[in-house]
Amino acid sequence: MTKTEHVIMELTVNNHPGVMYNITGLFARRAFNLEGILCGRAENTNTSKMYLLIKNDNRIDQTIKQLEKLYDVLSVSICSDCDVRVFDNISKLIKLK
Amino acid sequence: MKCNGAEIVIKLLEEQDIQKLAGIPGGCNLPLYNALSKSRKIQHILARHEQGAGFIAQGMARTTGKAAVCFATSGPGVTNLLTAIADAKLDSIPIVAITGQIPSFLLGTDAFQEVDTFGLAIPITKHNFYVSSAKDLFHIIPEAFRVAEEGRPGPVIVDIPKDVQLEELEIDNWPAHVTKSDSNLLKNNSIDINDIKKIAQMINESKKPLLYIGGGILHSNSSNYLREFAKKSNIPVASTLMGLGCFPSDDKLSLGMLGMHGAPYTNLILRETDLLIAFGVRFDDRATGNISEFCPKASIIHVDIDPAELDKNKLTKFSVAADIQIVLKELIPLIKEDGREEWSKEVATIKKSNPLPVTDYYNFYQPINLIRQIGSLLTPDTIITTDVGQHQMWVAQAYPFQHPRTLLTSGGLGTMGFGLPVAIGAALANPSKKVVCISGDGSILMNIQELATLADHNLNITVIVINNGGLGMVRQLQELFFDENYIATKFECKPDFTSIAKSFGLKGYDLKDDKNPSNTLKRILSESGPCVINIPVDSKEMVMPIVPPGAGNHEMIGSE
Repeated sequence: MTKTEHVIMELTVNNHPGVMYNITGLFARRAFNLEGILCGRAENTNTSKMYLLIKNDNRIDQTIKQLEKLYDVLSVSICSDCDVRVFDNISKLIKLK
Repeated sequence: MKCNGAEIVIKLLEEQDIQKLAGIPGGCNLPLYNALSKSRKIQHILARHEQGAGFIAQGMARTTGKAAVCFATSGPGVTNLLTAIADAKLDSIPIVAITGQIPSFLLGTDAFQEVDTFGLAIPITKHNFYVSSAKDLFHIIPEAFRVAEEGRPGPVIVDIPKDVQLEELEIDNWPAHVTKSDSNLLKNNSIDINDIKKIAQMINESKKPLLYIGGGILHSNSSNYLREFAKKSNIPVASTLMGLGCFPSDDKLSLGMLGMHGAPYTNLILRETDLLIAFGVRFDDRATGNISEFCPKASIIHVDIDPAELDKNKLTKFSVAADIQIVLKELIPLIKEDGREEWSKEVATIKKSNPLPVTDYYNFYQPINLIRQIGSLLTPDTIITTDVGQHQMWVAQAYPFQHPRTLLTSGGLGTMGFGLPVAIGAALANPSKKVVCISGDGSILMNIQELATLADHNLNITVIVINNGGLGMVRQLQELFFDENYIATKFECKPDFTSIAKSFGLKGYDLKDDKNPSNTLKRILSESGPCVINIPVDSKEMVMPIVPPGAGNHEMIGSE
């Protein structure tokens, strides 16, 4: 997993049941690539932060535009200072089990 | 004052100026119907199938441009509605569907008539709301209308559990009616004048510009500006199925419909343009054919209100996400008046030598000829709805559309059964206009129960069944691409549509073996009130030309 191969997309979303369904559904039905998801509630807000590990291919612009159209997605950006290795640690965790 | 959730919904719908809504009651939306019975402002239209209700709402929305409403109960009510919702999504039609849900405390128990409306709705709506308490309705209902109508329109589902419909609130002050937020409109409508200048420059420098227009012109109500724009600089106009009517078909700049069943000259002229001006279109595969062969000599300018459509299927030279109407208004003064003699001459030459396949003008029952005759007998403000299949393409090729919103057809999803209920919705929203549903004997059977709704309201709708005894479009594909191996495309039972109409209490006519079918048709079309006309055509008739799947638009079959 190298940095050039993948990017991390940072999403701010409304925190309510069904948001995850909305986002993963979009990736599935548009055949966008999705390698990993990290999600957590932002403190003292009604929003959550979502980090998506995505292959750095030519569909990224279209992926961002489609995500921005979702009602519960408040912002989308490519995270430049996120450490891709956090996802490596997750895969280690999964392997351990 | 005390109000329950259902009463709040009805009052909020009244505030949205909803006067008619279609639906079917059931166990889980009974409180909504109970509240609706007390409304003096909203008339309920009882459909006979929830899909019919969804399409009736579409008929209202497609002709007015405003979000229309339908009701369905939980479970099968919802699943029946889904096709009409998905259809609205693909064609960007604003509708608000309000569905009953089982009581929230039973949710997830596989209760009677429970279905995951939220999950089912996600991929086929613009957005959907689950209402978990009655007080949320004050926000959600106006928000549903805003989402449905704003930007690129689309369908919204509001799912309300029965206990929320019954939940009583003590309301001291009814919240003020929130008008549609101007801030969002501004956001969508602000355009950079430098972008407009750049577009104008590209057009002014182009030798062979061509307009490729679609549903976006319709939704932004900009067909008048489009005409002014095209005329000023003599730019020919090719339209998608959704855009038909936005530009007068008898204008010399009109190239009709492009793509899979476009006229030969339309697709050939597209090959010659050096600048494709794509306004309110999405480069759909039925319009472009093999996308890599689409307009090979052209730079592309793309304007659409949905940023996700820009550079989605085809890379453009320049693109802007904006409301077409605003772009056209700014653009018109900046483009030069130009006769474009050379380009006009080339277009005229290609047009003349590559017409739609010649038809037997004297044969009443020849489909293209038949559509032209129907067109000549109706006024330009008549609203035409179609179903899906050969008759739909014959209408698209040959009907002389003059005005926007006079063709209502299922473009993106291609839903058979669309025509009749959409005609009912159109007639309800346009009581002074005549509505003609042109259907086929395959399609009409897919929502024929709505003849009952038509009879209930005695609307001015003529249903024309172009009857070839089977599934003609599929038969055509089997003939051309599956070695004439016909399967499941010929009907054994051929119902008598005249008798069917009469059994619903409507007038029915059959032009089979009529000695003077032209005169009979003229007489029937001059009458008002609901009726069904059966017109037999040869089952071997095909829609020509056709671009084979995967081929470039210039590689059409049957263009001679």
